[in-house]
Amino acid sequence: MKLTARPVVWLTWGALAFFLLNLAGIVGAVVTNSFAETWFGTWLPDGYTGKWYGEAWRDYRLLDVLVVTFQVALTVVAISVLIGVPTAYALARRNFPGKKLLNVLFLLPILMPPMTYGIPLATVLYKFQLAGSMAGVIAANLVPAVPFVVLTMTPFIEQIDTKIESAARMCGASTFAIFTRVLAPLLVPGVLAASILVLVRTVGMFELTFLTAGPTSQTLVVSLYEAMSSAGIRPQQMVDSMAVIYTGSMLVLLVIALRFVNPTQLVTRLKDPS
Amino acid sequence: MTAVLERASLRHRLAEKGVDRVLWLLVPGAVFVVLLFVYPFLYGLQLSFQPKGGGSPFQNYITFFSDPYLAETVWITLRLGLPAALFNVLASIPIAFRMRGRFRGKRALTTVLVVPITLGTVLTAEGLLAFFGPAGWFNRIWMALGADEPAKLTHNYWGVLFSLIITGFPFAFLLTLSYLSGIDPTLEQAAATLGASRRQRFRTITMPLLAPGLAVTFCLSFVLAFSVFPSAVMVGDPVGETHVMSIAAYETALRDNDFALGSAIAMLMALVMLIVIGVVLIWRTTLYRGATGGKG
Repeated sequence: MKLTARPVVWLTWGALAFFLLNLAGIVGAVVTNSFAETWFGTWLPDGYTGKWYGEAWRDYRLLDVLVVTFQVALTVVAISVLIGVPTAYALARRNFPGKKLLNVLFLLPILMPPMTYGIPLATVLYKFQLAGSMAGVIAANLVPAVPFVVLTMTPFIEQIDTKIESAARMCGASTFAIFTRVLAPLLVPGVLAASILVLVRTVGMFELTFLTAGPTSQTLVVSLYEAMSSAGIRPQQMVDSMAVIYTGSMLVLLVIALRFVNPTQLVTRLKDPS
Repeated sequence: MTAVLERASLRHRLAEKGVDRVLWLLVPGAVFVVLLFVYPFLYGLQLSFQPKGGGSPFQNYITFFSDPYLAETVWITLRLGLPAALFNVLASIPIAFRMRGRFRGKRALTTVLVVPITLGTVLTAEGLLAFFGPAGWFNRIWMALGADEPAKLTHNYWGVLFSLIITGFPFAFLLTLSYLSGIDPTLEQAAATLGASRRQRFRTITMPLLAPGLAVTFCLSFVLAFSVFPSAVMVGDPVGETHVMSIAAYETALRDNDFALGSAIAMLMALVMLIVIGVVLIWRTTLYRGATGGKG
C-alpha cells in the first residue's frame, strides 16, 4: 500500500521544490539587483551598494507615498468597519424578505474583477469631480472593502450566542449598554481580523487605485507601477529597491495579520456566505 | 383605539417575518452598495449603449466584435485565465494533502507558500524579467545543461502565465487546504478498515467531499487570473499575445477617453466571467454538498 503512494509523494515534493527554487530565484534576482552597482550579463553583479534605496526614497518621494498609502488604507478600514459591522449584525440576526438579494449584492463586488466595475466607477467619479483626489481613491477602495467586512463578520456574529444578549436585556441593560458592554467586547477579535485583512487588501489593491488616483493620491503599488513603466530614465536598480520596500512592508503587514487570523479557518468560515 | 391596536398588530406581523428596528442597521450598508456599486454599474451599462460617435445603441458592441484586435481579447484572456486557475487548483490538491498531518517544519512551509501574496505584481514582474530573461539565472543554467539557445519565457504568454501562477497559487492553496482540513479524517479511516485502497479512498471518499470546495476555489482563482492587468503589461506582450480584456478596457476608457466603449468592454468582461462561473457553479449543484463531518 505504501509503495503505490511513493511515486506520487516524491513527485509532489519534487514539483514543490522546483517551484520554490524558481520562486527563490525570482525574488533573489530582484533583491540582488537592488543592491548591485551594475549587473550586465554575468552570474552576479560587479559590486554591491545600498545607495539605490536612498535614491529611490528621495526620487520617488516615498515618504509622501507611504503617508498617502496609510492614510487611504486606515480610512478605508475605519469606514468599512463602521458600515460593515452593523450590516453584518442585521444579516446575522434576522431573516427578512429580500435578504438573499442583499447577500448577492454584497457578494458581487468581491466576485467581480475590479476592472469591470472600476471603469464605470471611475467614470462616475470623474463626473462628480472626485477622481484624482484622495476621497475618490478611498471611495473606490471601499467598494470591495465593505462587502469583505460584511462577509467575514456575518458568520462571526452568527456564532455569538443570542442568549447572552437576552440575558443582558433581562437584567435591565438598555440597547446602548448591550452594544457597548456586551457585544463590542465579543466583537473585538473579529473586527480586528477583518480590519487587518482589509488593510492588507487595500495596500495591495492595484486596479481601483490606478483607475481613480491622481498624482498626489497615488498609493505605493500604483507609484511602483508608474515607476516601472517609465523606468527608461532611471536605473533599474531604483525600481527594484522600491519593489523590495513594497514587499517588505506587505510582509510586515502579513506577519501581523497571521498573528491574529488563522488563514485556513477564515476561508472555511467564508465557505458558504449565503 | 382600534388604530393603535392595528398598528401594534402590524408591527407584530412584520416582526414575525423578521422585520423590526434592527433592520435600520442595514441602511448604511445598503445605501453604500447601491451608491458605489449598483449605480456605477448600471450607469456604465447604459453608457455602453450610448456610443461616442452616435448611431445604433449597439454600436459599441458591434465595434468590439467586428474589430479583430478587440474581439480577440476575449479568447486571449480566457486562454490565460482558465489554465492558470486550473493549474493553481490542481497543483494545490496534492500539496494540501501532504500538509494535512503533523510534521516538522509544517508551519515554515505554509508560511513560505503564503509569502508570494506579499510580492505584488511589480516585484514578481521584475523578478520574472530578471530570472527568466535571456541573460537570467534560469537561462544560464538552461544553457549550461546543453541547450542551443535561451528559452524565451518573458514578454510573451509564458511570462504572464508564470506571474498568474505565482500570485494565484498561495490563494488557491490556502482555500484548498481549508476545505480539506474540514473533511473528517475518520471517514477515510473507516473506509480503510473496510479494505479500501489508497486510490479507492481518494476517489470515492475524499474527492466527492472536496469537489464542491474545489469548484469555489476554481471560481475565485479564475476571477483573480481573469482580471490580469499589470503583469500582462509588464511581463507580457501587451499589444499582441497578451492584449487581455482589461488592457483593452483601460486603454479605450482612460487613454482614448472613449468611456462608452470602455464601459462596453467592461460589461462584456463581467459577462464572460459570469458565464464561466455560472457553468462551474451549475456543475457544482450536481455534486454532494452535505456535511463533511469536520469543523466546516
